[in-house]
Amino acid sequence: MRTDVSLHTPVRPPQDAGASASGPYVQLVRPDGSRAPSSYDHWVSDVDADQLRSLYEDMVIIRRIDTEATALQRQGQLGLWPPLLGQEAAQIGSARTLRPSDFVFGSYRENGVAWCRGVDPESLMRVWRGNAAAGWDPFTVNMAPTQVIIGAQALHAAGYGMGVVADGTDDAVITYFGDGATSQGDVNEAMVFAASFHTPVVFFCSNNQWAISEPVGLQAQVPIANRAPGFGIPSVRVDGNDVLAVMAVTREALERARSGGGPSFIEAVTYRMGPHTTADDPTRYRDAAELEEWRAKDPISRVEALLRAEGHFTEEFAASVAASADAVAAELRSSCINMPAPPALDIFAHVYAEPNSWLENQQADYERYLALYGAEGDGGTHPADNAGVNGESA
Amino acid sequence: MSTMTFGRAINAGLRAAMEADPKVVLMGEDIGTLGGVFRITDGLKKDFGGQRVIDTPLAESGIMGTAVGLAFRGYRPVVEIQFDGFIYPAFDQIVCQVAKMHYRSRGTVNMPLTIRVPFGGGIGSPEHHSESPEAYFTHTSGLRVVSVSNPQDAYTMIQQAIASNDPVLYFEPKRRYHVKGEVNETLDGALPMGAARVVTEGTDVTLVTYGPLVMTAVDAAVAASDEGVSVEVIDLRSLSPVDFATVEASVRKTGRLVITHEAGQSGGVGAEISASITERCFDYLEHAPVRVTGFDVPYPSSKLEHHHLPDLDRILDGVDRAMRRPNSLSPLGTAGAAALEGAGL
Repeated sequence: MRTDVSLHTPVRPPQDAGASASGPYVQLVRPDGSRAPSSYDHWVSDVDADQLRSLYEDMVIIRRIDTEATALQRQGQLGLWPPLLGQEAAQIGSARTLRPSDFVFGSYRENGVAWCRGVDPESLMRVWRGNAAAGWDPFTVNMAPTQVIIGAQALHAAGYGMGVVADGTDDAVITYFGDGATSQGDVNEAMVFAASFHTPVVFFCSNNQWAISEPVGLQAQVPIANRAPGFGIPSVRVDGNDVLAVMAVTREALERARSGGGPSFIEAVTYRMGPHTTADDPTRYRDAAELEEWRAKDPISRVEALLRAEGHFTEEFAASVAASADAVAAELRSSCINMPAPPALDIFAHVYAEPNSWLENQQADYERYLALYGAEGDGGTHPADNAGVNGESA
Repeated sequence: MSTMTFGRAINAGLRAAMEADPKVVLMGEDIGTLGGVFRITDGLKKDFGGQRVIDTPLAESGIMGTAVGLAFRGYRPVVEIQFDGFIYPAFDQIVCQVAKMHYRSRGTVNMPLTIRVPFGGGIGSPEHHSESPEAYFTHTSGLRVVSVSNPQDAYTMIQQAIASNDPVLYFEPKRRYHVKGEVNETLDGALPMGAARVVTEGTDVTLVTYGPLVMTAVDAAVAASDEGVSVEVIDLRSLSPVDFATVEASVRKTGRLVITHEAGQSGGVGAEISASITERCFDYLEHAPVRVTGFDVPYPSSKLEHHHLPDLDRILDGVDRAMRRPNSLSPLGTAGAAALEGAGL
């Protein structure tokens, strides 16, 4: 019946002009590597060949981290991994514009951002191996722990920004989320608070076209960037696969934040080329042709083409980048495989900052139990440990 | 020492905490210029300014989530949820973010939030304005849950909650806001925040309660005493963690336990007390623990709420059950009712 069909069809398909990659956006480098003149050029006029090569190197390294982590997950060493394949320019272009004193509230996919904040490969693995709920000390890298609840972190950024305003510093705050998160109340409430209190927050939406299996057309009937002005927040739509363009719009937004101009919203139009996580199978819900279309817009090959065109991409440079990426991957693999399982009593640590009688009693009882029946501190039977043993013996 | 209402005592406690620590900020709907719908924050915006007493947009998850961000930045937010029934939109931020951030960050991030919740019934409000949602939060690790029953505790415990590096849900019995009492405006001699308080000593039955029903329980103890039953009333003060040592010591003495609260029975605080005390004191109990609670119904309309809320008579009936005296559940039928009548009960 026709009504049934309409009920089960997304309100608009993902290729609709309202929500997809078409339509005007800031682009400084075309997919073929040629420069596209733009009013945003001056924001990156200082980016010379060396800096461009450095951006390229970071993008290659985080893609290599992604490949290695995906392999480790397939080998049973990680419980899960959320790939960022295809989103390297969005993450590197934005994160490389931040100061150390700025603060980042990301989702679970911002591993490239974490890399830019100085998070080491072992710490990147810790959450996904299941050793801890957070991989790093947030205050040594000024980046909040990995956030799994969709969009919750946008409010934390708005609140942190209220604190920055009260402190009177020129720190900025950036929060990352996907297209799906823009349907969440928390992201919308965060924009209300950020605008009401004029907080120095950059809302960075990585519109990668898919929220697991749901196309962006199911989340948005107009370009996502169009929503922010309704909250009183200026917004811009950018080619998220163009690292220079992402850098330019982020610098503009950060400058606005630091100079008391309040929040900004960036919609980085990109594409998640892999699955949502390693538990997902995108072949069940999207066309191979769509993937091929986006492969032609690959953020890394675009920078390579630009560097080549300008005579800055040598075989020696390529080999050096590949060697760096391999070294990071090797360190990631070895630190992951050799990461000791946490001691059993870690389960009770840091639930509360202050003593708690309920928990103390439960811990004391379990310590007695372990003393009688278990080997305290053996880390128990961790699925990844078992898989690791199997993997090593295979 | 001065006499003040319950509501005024919270206000004085907030003021003292704000004076002691410039990082303490208050946030909520209508708490600034209006002073809150119950006037608990009256005058604080005038004295501390709009950056420390923040009138927020009407978005409970937004209030809670931005408080999390402020805590990341080193602030100690005190959040007011305007009414108990409005806390649910903030539930995700409370149980997934506020409660877990310290654990998730391996102890590097503190969440010293105080979440003030005017709760409970008895003021003739429309729906969503009289609920008792405390059990949702006692079930969540990482949160502390307290409820206050008198002006002195209100004054002291709000400061303890704010000073705590853990998130604290601070449940204020709104029908007691106008009760007056003596308040010693120092913290000297205050019980630690997790400690229960023996309000009335007794030897026959331990009656455990908190928040709005403490006054009712004390009245019930006086009435029971007239009938020759000695009731020990315990004000839990902390619902998570519960000071089981105090309850346990009392039950070992009396051998009988009655728990009363306004919240519905199933999965409530009373269920936890009942189970835990049975585990700890089984050999001392003369009767199964008895619960006198609100019913497992949505909070009823104001013309019916007096049926829902435990009152002096229902609590006394629970005491009679624990004492194995004739009571409403006695298998006596209409003849039993006549016997009750004849016995002057």
